[in-house]
Amino acid sequence: MIRLERRSGVSLAFRVAVPCAAFVVALLVIAILLVASGSNPVSTYQSMVSAAFTSSGGFSATLVNATPLVLTGLCATVAFRLEIYNIGGEGQLYMGAMGATAAGLALGHMPGFVIILGMVLAGAAAGAAWALIPALLRAYLGTNEIMTSLMLNYVAGLFITYLIFDSASYWRNLSSAAGKVYPTGKTIPLAGSWPNLGVSGVNIPLGFIIGVGLALCSSWVLRRTTLGYRIRVAAGSHAAARYGGIRLSRLIVIVMVVSGLLAGLAGASEVGGVAHLLDPTGLQQAQYGYAGIVVAALAGFEPVGVIVSGLLLGAIASAGTQLAGIAFPVGLVGTMEGIVLFAVVSTAIFVNYRVRWTTKSTSAPAGAPSAEEVGPPPTAPSNTVTVPVLNREI
Amino acid sequence: MHDGLAIALILGGISYGTPLLLAGLGELLNERGGVLNLGIEGMMLVGAACGFWISQVLSGPSWLVLLAAVLGAGGAAACMAALFAVACLTFRANQVVAGLALTILGGSAGLSSYLAAKGNLGGSAGRHQFANLDVARLGSIPVVGPVLFDQSALVYLSWALTIAVALYLYHTHWGLNLRAVGEDPAAADAMGVSVTRYRYTHTIVGGVLAGIAGSVYSLDLIPSWSNGLTAGAGWIALGLVIFAFWRPALLLVGSYLFGLVISLGFTLQQRGVNLPPELFSALPYLGTIVALVVTSSLWRGRRLGAPAALGRSYFRER
Repeated sequence: MIRLERRSGVSLAFRVAVPCAAFVVALLVIAILLVASGSNPVSTYQSMVSAAFTSSGGFSATLVNATPLVLTGLCATVAFRLEIYNIGGEGQLYMGAMGATAAGLALGHMPGFVIILGMVLAGAAAGAAWALIPALLRAYLGTNEIMTSLMLNYVAGLFITYLIFDSASYWRNLSSAAGKVYPTGKTIPLAGSWPNLGVSGVNIPLGFIIGVGLALCSSWVLRRTTLGYRIRVAAGSHAAARYGGIRLSRLIVIVMVVSGLLAGLAGASEVGGVAHLLDPTGLQQAQYGYAGIVVAALAGFEPVGVIVSGLLLGAIASAGTQLAGIAFPVGLVGTMEGIVLFAVVSTAIFVNYRVRWTTKSTSAPAGAPSAEEVGPPPTAPSNTVTVPVLNREI
Repeated sequence: MHDGLAIALILGGISYGTPLLLAGLGELLNERGGVLNLGIEGMMLVGAACGFWISQVLSGPSWLVLLAAVLGAGGAAACMAALFAVACLTFRANQVVAGLALTILGGSAGLSSYLAAKGNLGGSAGRHQFANLDVARLGSIPVVGPVLFDQSALVYLSWALTIAVALYLYHTHWGLNLRAVGEDPAAADAMGVSVTRYRYTHTIVGGVLAGIAGSVYSLDLIPSWSNGLTAGAGWIALGLVIFAFWRPALLLVGSYLFGLVISLGFTLQQRGVNLPPELFSALPYLGTIVALVVTSSLWRGRRLGAPAALGRSYFRER
């Protein structure tokens, strides 16, 4: 039997230590899986660390993969904090990529910074617009946002596939010889490719810098502004927020739109920093939107933590691409992400509760039943506890 | 000609509705006990991969191999459901996030494709696949014959399970207890019903059904393996449970309706209708959104049979 006691005054160090421990546990579980499937976990982990950090250019590659993950991680963080489960980051990312590509192509003759600014704005706007659909449906019609945002991921994926593979759209390259053989997107002029900041041999992509800036920004908004206060109140209980005079519908729409905007930026940075064209296949294989949920959970739904967890999962993704082959088959990255997320959600309880393992069932003591136990069943509120998994008290 | 088209559409609806129905029945049992498992898609994919793997490796009479494959698919998905149950019911994890973890773990970039790579499943045609069973040779009756009496064993299984689940929920005391656990776990607990035990067993049974639903794809519908072959069917099944108002009979109707929408593209393309394939592929997802919007806006504020304790952890506080 397990008995739970609520902790009070949990320190920051402890809040950080629990997800870190969860990550280590996840690595151990993955090691068992690797052994079971006939791989050597030690050499696999060694080659992953080498590919993602220590090899030349390894950390730069990790940063490239971490860039969309930090942004989609923020997308999930912002929404999940309000207990609005926007799992449409994936589709919002696709739409952001679509919007940014359109802007990049349309502004092609302009100076570089105008193109890049246009791509940032268009990507953010397209992501936000796509998130507006589930937001409005949830806020004003009460439609479950989990289902609608997820369904729209598939729709967005099919839409960008249609643009490149089955239509003569603005995004598709129909002029070059290669484009006639195999459908590809039009490439954005070189002036529109997003710059990197070189720091002692490591290339920091512009998208990553934007992501870090927005993480700090979101953290400040959550802690120091009225909007953040409303989110924190509503996160505890939607009913309490409504009772306290917070217009919940509007809050849901604002949060979802910001969330979609962040995912849209992730799409824009993928186009600007990596692909330079609309690549439906690549975007759909990367699954950065879903991985953002893992990033957010590993960060304990804290925007600043997203930078660190984004780097960790970026390292896994980067190693996955570089090592892809027989020793590191497709699917291992998603498996690792899933196990990490499982470990993190399962240990979240240790942050706010002290778990006591008792040998005897404390709920049914062997001694004489007290009056309370033979009496009428207590009312539900005193007996049922919804465990707050998100660390809302911060 | 028109008659032929109608039959083809109905048959397509039943074929593609069957995995939705099976997975939906499993989720319905979970949710009636108050557990929201968003991991169906992941469990279906792992079930599909394991089932296909078993059917490729084993040799023997087809029916035996397929039986083993379906059971293996159910077993593999049950293990994943057990993982979810431990996280949510013992460690009281947030059910939404844990369900997403299950989908990411099993998903098209996860365990299912890892297993497929390890078992070298891609690209090979299935060695065994389900044949239609012409029950009592009634399959040749026009219209009714092919629809009711000439289906694969999995379709008959799904019908039997729909009836079984309906009887279980409404006509057995276990079903009554389960519904009590989903509506008011505290009251059920006070009545001496073990909330944890009911939730564990039904979550795992839900996993078994999701795994079998996945194997419908790799053993019957497609008979081969490609990554992410369920294409969001697990999520559509989740939506179906909502707008079937958590009732097995309505779930059957809804599944076939959506099966029809899914198969519409294939059926019409075979008959020379020339529209972008993406449009047809998007129809089930758009249909799910529309159906959810209609249910949520028309019946707003009413309870509609949603289990009251759905998605909430329960434990006694001492």
